[in-house]
Amino acid sequence: MSASRTSKIPKAYITRRIVVFFLTIWLAASIIWVVPRLTPDDPVASMVGQMMETSAYVDGADEIIEGWRARFGLDKPLYEQYFRYLWNCLTLDFGYSYSAFPAQVSDMIAYKLPWTLGLLMLSLVISFVLGNFLGALMIWSQTPALLRLLIPFGMIFTSVPTILAGLFLLYIFAFLLRWFPLRGIYDQDLTMGLNWDFIVSVIHHGTLPALSIILVSFGAWALGMRGMMITVQGEDYTLLGKAKGLRPLYLLYRYMIRNAILPQITAFAFQVGTLLSGQILVEIVFGYQGMGMLIYEAILSRDYALLQGASYIIILMTALSVLIVDLAYPFIDPRIRLAKEG
Amino acid sequence: MAMHLKAPRPKSMNRFNRWDTPWFNPLLISGSAIILVIFGMGILGQYLWDTDLAYTGSAPLNLPPYGFEGLRGKEGLIEHPLGTENSGRDMLALMLVGAPNTLLIGVIAASIGMGVGIFLGFSSGYLGGKLDDIIRLLADVTITIPALMILVVINALLREIDIMTMALLIALFIWPSPTRLIRSQVLSMRESGYIKMAQLSGASHWSIMFKEMLPNLIPYLFGSFIAGTTGAILAAVGLETLGLGPQRVPTLGGTIYDAINSAALLRNMWWWWLMPTVLLALMFISLLLINLGLDQVSNPKLRKSSQ
Repeated sequence: MSASRTSKIPKAYITRRIVVFFLTIWLAASIIWVVPRLTPDDPVASMVGQMMETSAYVDGADEIIEGWRARFGLDKPLYEQYFRYLWNCLTLDFGYSYSAFPAQVSDMIAYKLPWTLGLLMLSLVISFVLGNFLGALMIWSQTPALLRLLIPFGMIFTSVPTILAGLFLLYIFAFLLRWFPLRGIYDQDLTMGLNWDFIVSVIHHGTLPALSIILVSFGAWALGMRGMMITVQGEDYTLLGKAKGLRPLYLLYRYMIRNAILPQITAFAFQVGTLLSGQILVEIVFGYQGMGMLIYEAILSRDYALLQGASYIIILMTALSVLIVDLAYPFIDPRIRLAKEG
Repeated sequence: MAMHLKAPRPKSMNRFNRWDTPWFNPLLISGSAIILVIFGMGILGQYLWDTDLAYTGSAPLNLPPYGFEGLRGKEGLIEHPLGTENSGRDMLALMLVGAPNTLLIGVIAASIGMGVGIFLGFSSGYLGGKLDDIIRLLADVTITIPALMILVVINALLREIDIMTMALLIALFIWPSPTRLIRSQVLSMRESGYIKMAQLSGASHWSIMFKEMLPNLIPYLFGSFIAGTTGAILAAVGLETLGLGPQRVPTLGGTIYDAINSAALLRNMWWWWLMPTVLLALMFISLLLINLGLDQVSNPKLRKSSQ
């Protein structure tokens, strides 16, 4: 423990995080690439054949086959196909969509992504604050008894998948009570822009999806916070604070929460992946036109290029958020700079 | 760490109250009971109800449950007490077959994941060295990948998928958590006196790992298994509600997919989506209860504070 507070972050720590990041992306992209090749039939022919079956005529079928053959270079040796694919993943070029032919997959994703990210960030922050606050209250000695009883009850939602919470909320608040719209991201007769009506409409449409994510995820934060608070409660500095006669609220905030919340931030990054998967399903329930609907429609129309691109983007975002938190964490919590990497 | 606190119970104590064991935990028992009932449904259901009705749409379409009034004043029939969906499949039969199927996918996937996790966790923690580095890196990488996204791509390509294939695919993403957990426990145990003792007396690696260490890990393994089952069912339900589950056999998620796809909510066919939803919620809540119970078993500190 001789290192000072200003000591540098160990290089090995940074290197490892970056290696994990690239390995993650590489492994995920490779699984997506290898598995189709393990199936006995030619993916391109069977895909286009299937589209012919369902829609009798496929707009630009020849171009699609051409495009795919060129994209994968199916006549070229396998290793060349593989490196070409990896390059495409790095440059985020996923080629043309089948179902909306002239459209590029990356453009379609770029259009939907902000909605998903917006919803995710909003619900993530709300559930983080709410969950940690309630978790701290579970341990705090001054918490009213009624609240103490109610919080564990709220935890039950935590175990339920987001999609189920979504279905319940949609049925009660949109179908029966008609307080919120049933589908969509904003009223279709409004034009997108920074005007009051539009913003209200977006909030109106986003409330229920966000609520179902918050309802399901706040409990995990609360439980984690509760565990950290138990540890902090037993620390000498908390005892000292108490002995000094500090006000309970000041003690709670300055002495306990501030120390307990730091490890929670690491969990923040891992939640992104879980929540994104849950949110994809919630978007389908609410007809929320984000990445989830894009994936759902891609599955329905067997648009494999779109599906692959959208999935890859979500994997990339998850890995990125983990990397960012891992790299930022030593700056937030000086304790990690002192500890040995393990 | 908690292992140090758990002193072996003196034999004489058992005389006072043989039922005084942490395993008789109300949370643990009630959670397990619900899960067993759901599995029992799968075994006994076929004798009590014609479960073939889950596969063939032979009944009138869109019937509400018995005693309720459904679409256009249609009344429920006693022959289909929980109603039917829009292709005439009996809801009761669907639930009787679907619920155990969904649970089964989770349990198989978690079992495989646990098996791999135990093997890799022990290798990593006990043998250490280069192997440890590789396993740790692989676990770190796999845990970052959102499983659903990979599975969606794979399942969309596989035209037909059965319960076993699905469980195997999900298991690919279950193993990192048990691996990490076991590794860290093994690392702390390795330095303890009784392991050193066993090493000095010439016990083989194998017998140290599985005879000395494994029994101590049982509560953790159970907890990890339940967490794995929860995660696996979550992934399975996700895939099923995207229409990528097993097509030949009914599942709860598959029923929800059908319901969403046919706008059951807007047509006020609440029985169609509500029943699988409630069953799934029940399943997850009972898994949570088991896990909370197991926490109290493996952590004596929690036991005291809760009483």
